[in-house]
Amino acid sequence: MKKATKVDVKTKEIIKKHGREKSALIAILQDIQEEYNYLPKEALNAVSIQLDVPASRIYEVATFYNTFSLNPRGQYLVEVCAGTACHVQGAFNLMDRLQRDLGIKCGETTKDNLFTLEEVRCLGCCSLAPVVRIGGNIHPYLTQDEIPRILRNYRKQG
Amino acid sequence: MKKINTLDDLKKAGDKGLKSLFPGGVKITVGMATSGIASGAGEVYEALSAEIKKRKLPYILAKTGSMGMDCIEPLVDIIEKDKPRLAYGKMTAAKVPQLIDQIIKGDIDAIKPVYRVDEEDVIAKREKKHYTKGMVPEYLKGIPTFNEVPFYKKQIKIATRNCGIIDPENIEEYIARGGYLALQKALTSLSPEAVIEEVIKSGLRGRGGGGFPAGIKWQSCRSAHGDIKYVICNGDEGDPGAYMDRSVMEGDPHTVIEGMIIGAYAIGAQEGFIYVRNEYPLAVANLTKAIEEARSRGLLGKNIFGTNFSFDIKISKGAGAFVCGESTALMASLEGKAGEPRAKYIHTVEHGLWDRPSNLNNVETWANVPVIIARSGKWFSEIGAPHSTGTKVFSLVGKINNIGLVEVPMGIPLKDIIFDVGGGIPGGRKFKAVQTGGPSGGCIPASMMDLSVDFDALWEAGSMMGSGGMIVMDEKTCMVDLARYFIEFLVSESCGKCTPCREGIRRMNDMLHDICAGKGREGDVELLESMAKGIVDGSLCALGGSAPNPVLSTIKYFRDEYDAHIKQKKCPAGVCRALIRYEIDAKKCTGCGVCAKKCPSACITGEKKKAHKINQKKCIKCGICMESCKFDAITVA
Amino acid sequence: MVNFIIDGKKISAEKGTMVLEAARANGIDIPSLCAHEAVSRSGACRLCVVEAKKGKRSKIVTSCLYPVEEGIIIETKNERVLNVRRLVIQLLLARCPESEVIRDLAKELGIEPEPRFVPDKDKGKCILCRSCVRVCEEIVGVSAIGFSGRGANKVVGTPFQENSAVCIGCGACAFVCPTGHIQMTTTEDTRKIWDRTFKMKKCDVCGRYFAPEDQLQYISKKTGVPLKELAVCTDCR
Repeated sequence: MKKATKVDVKTKEIIKKHGREKSALIAILQDIQEEYNYLPKEALNAVSIQLDVPASRIYEVATFYNTFSLNPRGQYLVEVCAGTACHVQGAFNLMDRLQRDLGIKCGETTKDNLFTLEEVRCLGCCSLAPVVRIGGNIHPYLTQDEIPRILRNYRKQG
Repeated sequence: MKKINTLDDLKKAGDKGLKSLFPGGVKITVGMATSGIASGAGEVYEALSAEIKKRKLPYILAKTGSMGMDCIEPLVDIIEKDKPRLAYGKMTAAKVPQLIDQIIKGDIDAIKPVYRVDEEDVIAKREKKHYTKGMVPEYLKGIPTFNEVPFYKKQIKIATRNCGIIDPENIEEYIARGGYLALQKALTSLSPEAVIEEVIKSGLRGRGGGGFPAGIKWQSCRSAHGDIKYVICNGDEGDPGAYMDRSVMEGDPHTVIEGMIIGAYAIGAQEGFIYVRNEYPLAVANLTKAIEEARSRGLLGKNIFGTNFSFDIKISKGAGAFVCGESTALMASLEGKAGEPRAKYIHTVEHGLWDRPSNLNNVETWANVPVIIARSGKWFSEIGAPHSTGTKVFSLVGKINNIGLVEVPMGIPLKDIIFDVGGGIPGGRKFKAVQTGGPSGGCIPASMMDLSVDFDALWEAGSMMGSGGMIVMDEKTCMVDLARYFIEFLVSESCGKCTPCREGIRRMNDMLHDICAGKGREGDVELLESMAKGIVDGSLCALGGSAPNPVLSTIKYFRDEYDAHIKQKKCPAGVCRALIRYEIDAKKCTGCGVCAKKCPSACITGEKKKAHKINQKKCIKCGICMESCKFDAITVA
Repeated sequence: MVNFIIDGKKISAEKGTMVLEAARANGIDIPSLCAHEAVSRSGACRLCVVEAKKGKRSKIVTSCLYPVEEGIIIETKNERVLNVRRLVIQLLLARCPESEVIRDLAKELGIEPEPRFVPDKDKGKCILCRSCVRVCEEIVGVSAIGFSGRGANKVVGTPFQENSAVCIGCGACAFVCPTGHIQMTTTEDTRKIWDRTFKMKKCDVCGRYFAPEDQLQYISKKTGVPLKELAVCTDCR
């Protein structure tokens, strides 16, 4: 019998918390992502075994929804709001600037694992457009100019 | 916590709520919805808390949801015994000491309130709440009343009646304003059929975009075969730029809960689900707290109000899929699967969640129900327009002065929303068009600004009501780029199940990209139009079925822009990067060199104090030079 | 019996029959790709669409999933229907330029490719009909393959694109695939599918290699029939 790993134990805990319901798969995956900041393959295989759901189904759900990431993400999520109000206020310029300054494309993570750049669905802060959310903090009325300074501050925090 | 089992219990809880809303003395509320927090309300709240503590003042500090006027957030309200309620906008932590000073002094010399409230309608109770004893203090007479503020003048708040007024975490405040009275009335004196009859009489149509008569849906679900039925609340508000549902879920979660309990009673359901978008953590938190509170008071669970009706609600979070706003995809998601819709030849009211009869309605639809039952279907039907009764909440965003959430009666002319409520276009620019219905909708051009805003008129104009997002645009918005933006959004959100949507929309996207990049070809517009028909007819669900709308409506009203992009390779609005050039006006340029310093591709050259020049070959069209020029010397050509 | 009309012809069918089957049983041809008799249907390809008219209302529906209704009027070849069908074929031609099945269908229906659609090079012949996934889930019961991703990036395959530990090499997926996208190569004693090579079992009677060992082991486990009994090919039984 294979020895239970840390991931197995954590996954079991999470599945138990959701009543071992197969229909709670999405909530279970959300908790796993909350724990590891992404969905490790080991955890997905553990869910398949423990919840008695085929691995192909787990994989389908894990790759269908935007919030799930199968790759480790950086410490800070840099999320550019892709809402309509932000778009008409020039959010695409902000995305370009961030891609240039961070040296990565949208969806990628910087080599030092500090920043992951993503597009986020409308945050609903349209009166503050254009908006970028970094590490959960909203940066309102953002201009291209401010970006280098803001990134520097996050880098300092480490 | 004392259980609420009788009308008397409810009244007692309401009395407590009244004391909480109006404690006498001084109460300060801060609007702490998501956009409020994003604009700094958290810091304002902390500063107020610290100042009150520092000065040892017996003031009560509380949080509320959003009143809607996002453009002047953070919003702080002062409620003082026998004085009009005062609303202060754009509050900062730095201004707090001054604010406290003037409350103590009893004047408004340093900081002027935006408006005052002498009395307000408590719409669920058919009452008016009077803040003053008929007397308005002299020093406040110059401050406009709530109903004189252009933003609020034409609004009728039903679904958002409590937002910005109550603390969403306080059930007693909800009860004080008429909460759960409708539920008590329904469970103890109306039959389920009578409840449905009221909703049918009200003419309430689904507020999520479909516009299907809610009462008829409830009736079909009630008559469907099966002992186990479900009611579902669709809180997966996915349209970019729309946040009406979020405001209600954050600011007044109990109105949704009460609506669902009434609906469940009418339909015969025992279990309910609220599916909330993952991107709305505060809404999830406030709904969760509200459900727990309702449960601990006996308003959810077994034998509600001492009847044999039992019902409870579970919250489910979305995981980032716009398509899950579609009812069958939402149900698939609730079942733990990928959110793929299925054909609706067999309706979900008969075979829905786990194949059982399920009634799904949008947040705003549920939010109207308690008031309909409290005031009557007839009362509701007399508001708004004949076939679009009641009100609609819109998120008014984009190029508009008064950005925020508004609730207006259906049938209001579009121009009233744009110019009266919205305060017109900023920067003295011209109103070009408004986009309604999100990625499923279309644009209404300025030439149609007399259009009545109701379900049918919007549909006939080539757009739709949608969930209520209203994006206002001026002459600096490129309509082709806007169509491309919506199609690109849908390409990434398409579930991929059916051919017309998965393949058709991305082909449309490729062509629109080409057009915006100056690679459009003759015949592209005609091909887009002919594909549109096939995609609308052939798609499995409404995502694909309505995807061509933004393209079709922009072609209909702004064909000249498409032609300019394709034939002249020009972008009249100055947006599409491949078709514009940034140019320095040598006459206006002072040679300060700021633009050259900021340019990320070092393409601006020039001597000090002499006119500078942009090397077009190296220019990446980021626009930073124009943003930083203080002399208006750089323009888009 | 349910009575209704297809293309002006009076049709009678048993309750619960789909319009697709009812039409075909009466000599009216409706093209389809993703509907297979062995598995449940999803109406994904949209090729079998027809227009269904009831009173003043009419809608485009997939005939493979639309149950026959009393008094309904179905049109299988009007302009609206043909417009959808043409778009579907043109889109599939662009998606799977190598697929002979789609090319033949296009020829049969008189549909030319749309030159403005740049053909894909990375989709193979897969039209994402999901028949393979459904047969593996519903009939075989191992769910070795599934979809991943969303929208145009959706692909069918094994989880993490790795060798599937649960695949039994039965080839049911390749069998139901309407375009032959799924590659299954059989040598004398091996079968390769989904990047995994399966050892084939020799028939105890005639010595022919007839089925993967994994498949027989699975059947034995599932049905309780001893492996020895299953080691005889269908011809020799």
